[in-house]
Amino acid sequence: MNKRLYANTGVLTRLVFRQDRIRLTIWLAAFIVANLLVANAFATLYPSHAERQAMVETMMNPAVTAMVGPVYGLDNYTVGVMLAHEMLLLTAVVVGVMNILLVARHTRAEEEDGRVELIRALPTGRLSNVASTLLVYVMTNILLALLVAGSLMLLGIDSIDAAGSLLFGASLGVTGIFFAGLTAVFAQLSESGRGTVGLGMAVLLIAYMIRAVGDVSSETLSMFSPFGWIVRTETFVNNYWWPIFVTLGISVLFIGAAFYLNAIRDMEAGFLPSKAGKKQASRLLLSPFGLAVRLQRTGIISWAIAMFVLGASYGSILGDLESFFAENKMMKQLLGPVSGVTLTEQFITMLMAVLAMISTIPAMMFLLKLKGEEGKGRAAHLLVRSVSRIRLLGSFLVLALAGGWVMLSLAALGLGVVGNAVMEEGISLGTFYQSAMVYLPAMWVMLGLAVLLLGWAPKVTVISWLYLVYSFIVVYMGGLFQLDEWVVNMSPFGHVPELPVEEVSWMSLLGLTGIAVLLLVAGAVGYRKRDVQGG
Amino acid sequence: MTVLTTNNLTKHFGKVQALNGVDIEVRGGEVFGFIGPNGAGKSTTLRILLGMLKATDGEAIIFGKDAWKDAVNLHERIAYVPGDVNLWPNLTGGEVIDLFIKLRGGKRNGRRDELIRRFQLDPTKKCRAYSKGNRQKVALVAAFSSDADLYILDEPTSGLDPLMERVFQECVNEVKQQGKSVLLSSHILSEVEKLCDRVAIIREGRIIESGSLSDLRHLTRTQLLVETKQPMTELASQPGVHHVEEKGSAVVFQVDSEKLDQVLAYISTFGIVKIESAPPTLEDLFMRHYEGVEGE
Ligand SMILES: Nc1ncnc2c1ncn2[C@@H]1O[C@H](COP(=O)(O)OP(=O)(O)OP(=O)(O)O)[C@@H](O)[C@H]1O
Ligand SMILES: [Mg+2]
Repeated sequence: MNKRLYANTGVLTRLVFRQDRIRLTIWLAAFIVANLLVANAFATLYPSHAERQAMVETMMNPAVTAMVGPVYGLDNYTVGVMLAHEMLLLTAVVVGVMNILLVARHTRAEEEDGRVELIRALPTGRLSNVASTLLVYVMTNILLALLVAGSLMLLGIDSIDAAGSLLFGASLGVTGIFFAGLTAVFAQLSESGRGTVGLGMAVLLIAYMIRAVGDVSSETLSMFSPFGWIVRTETFVNNYWWPIFVTLGISVLFIGAAFYLNAIRDMEAGFLPSKAGKKQASRLLLSPFGLAVRLQRTGIISWAIAMFVLGASYGSILGDLESFFAENKMMKQLLGPVSGVTLTEQFITMLMAVLAMISTIPAMMFLLKLKGEEGKGRAAHLLVRSVSRIRLLGSFLVLALAGGWVMLSLAALGLGVVGNAVMEEGISLGTFYQSAMVYLPAMWVMLGLAVLLLGWAPKVTVISWLYLVYSFIVVYMGGLFQLDEWVVNMSPFGHVPELPVEEVSWMSLLGLTGIAVLLLVAGAVGYRKRDVQGG
Repeated sequence: MTVLTTNNLTKHFGKVQALNGVDIEVRGGEVFGFIGPNGAGKSTTLRILLGMLKATDGEAIIFGKDAWKDAVNLHERIAYVPGDVNLWPNLTGGEVIDLFIKLRGGKRNGRRDELIRRFQLDPTKKCRAYSKGNRQKVALVAAFSSDADLYILDEPTSGLDPLMERVFQECVNEVKQQGKSVLLSSHILSEVEKLCDRVAIIREGRIIESGSLSDLRHLTRTQLLVETKQPMTELASQPGVHHVEEKGSAVVFQVDSEKLDQVLAYISTFGIVKIESAPPTLEDLFMRHYEGVEGE
């Protein structure tokens, strides 16, 4: 290939770094701090072998395996092994998300916005944009690997040794490079930044679920997922390096494919066909609500499918879970028998919390799309055309509320239908549905917070995302980290009665709903008063 | 000396045929106007010339090199300004200009600061805070401060105020005086009329006219208002006469420019009392071609 294809990559690399220096620093710091805190917490909370062994016994079930991967090193479950078991996969998933978002932003989104046009008119190579982006992200992922490894080594925990720390860091790094390469390929296929992110996220989710089902029922299946390879490094136990090289090898293929496709295509064109649009707006489109739906149609449909499949994949392990409990006497003792409730039902409560929080992601995205529209100056098109601000905000809010409900319902249905198909003693679909729906008020509080921020501090709507992440950590991992009650209670999801194990507590549900309403009203008042950008 | 030629340039976007055999030629030291209705294929042509799109058929040669294969080398000698300039929201205008100069391998020079002053641009503002016209100015300053041999400008003044428009025209004339070539696509006809030596009109992916402005004026009609002592009964049937209308005691009609001589000879036989003529403008030429109505 011609060297001129890469002309000026160096200058562009500095440009990408320059734009991302703060963003990257925050991401990297978050990965490092999170893993250090967790490693430290494990060392303090589970100091003795017996305590850790007791802990891992409760984790040795298909539901946890589906979420974090299989347990390795059971006979010697050290703090290091515990860290890799609990954290490696989840951190790798988030590293994947970071790479998808940022690589899409510098490749296809940059091209979509017309900035690549200016760059390409200068003496830069056809591949310089994608090459500089990948160069920055490969370096970032290597840096992430080294920093995570180095900081873990410095902790001075015996079982977190140098070899394992390096492999832990390398696993994160290669997962990042894998998704950076994959996203670069999708940036050639799709014509939009959103489409690129969507394809990347879809593959990430599918890879995670293939591994989940595979780890529970079939080792071979897990081999089709990059996450399946990563957990098979058996970090801090056997320290296998082959998954690192396999992942790197495939990443190189992706990068080659991205370069090839970029070199032969027209600027701003993609390889996936984009259909011709409609000549006339359908009646549905002709209202702010219709517009909100139409703008996010692809997102709504993709999320609906994803939530159902996610519910169904969790459902598919309920059968394994049931027979696992039937055989495992110790497990029964550990969890303590709650009268009239099966152990499977107890696990359903945990799954519901997770599904409810994941369903909140699309709901918040549907709402915060309004902010994106405003930033691009498109909200103004509507506001100047006799659409009141409250109506505009209301349209996106209704979509978010309805969307959240649909997503959660689909997840619960997927879980219930597939779960019942594989369990011997079924649980009624109504029970599944009810135990999901009690999470709606908590979701409304999250949406309320997002509206409040939209109304009063639109620059920092990211706080609502951070709050969701916080909720996820405290609710999902609260028990593992032995967090105080109040820390969990800071999240709306901590107040939801855990059906079918607990009774419905109308008090807390009404309380959450009340808070949600207050937040929504306060946010709406602010949205009416503030400046709207763009024109 | 020819700087740029295209030969039967054709471009398909899937089923859409955007260009259908475009032939243009830009010579050294001239300003070449490229005009045509929306969607005619101007931007597509320019983007092929810049090696951003690959022609389906035909060739585009600049400075003797292929526009797609030798894009990087060529771009060292070409400056481009698009109609819609999008910049990096968190960089300042000054930083963007410097970045562009750097990418061309140049050094910051006096010309940059002089242009910033002439265009009244505040280079310390973040690009997200620039108005449309100001973003355009950033691209114009970057383009004119480079010493390119060919300037490709695609509606470069959409969004500039009349004062800045004048600065832009000065800049074009300056580079022209230095013997450089400019390919200017624009919808502002007065601008094209003022700046361009030759123009090409494109419609539906085909060049329908090209030549110097005076060449093209031959293709236009002059509007005449004539009052004669005796009525001109046969006027409407004279060759080259169109749209005859009575206006009080006078007659208003259009004459094909190349028939002007005969028609004037004809009407002078009726004893002219009053005659007024409106010169053919580029706009008339445009209207005729844009509407796609030939003859009447
Ligand atoms: N990426 C694309 N995919 C499909 N069709 C395209 C694409 N780009 C341009 N076209 C079509 O090609 C034709 C020419 O477009 P082009 O942008 O060159 O027009 P233009 O002369 O620059 O118009 P304007 O004066 O509005 O800028 C149009 O019909 C347009 O719809
Ligand atoms: Mg155009």
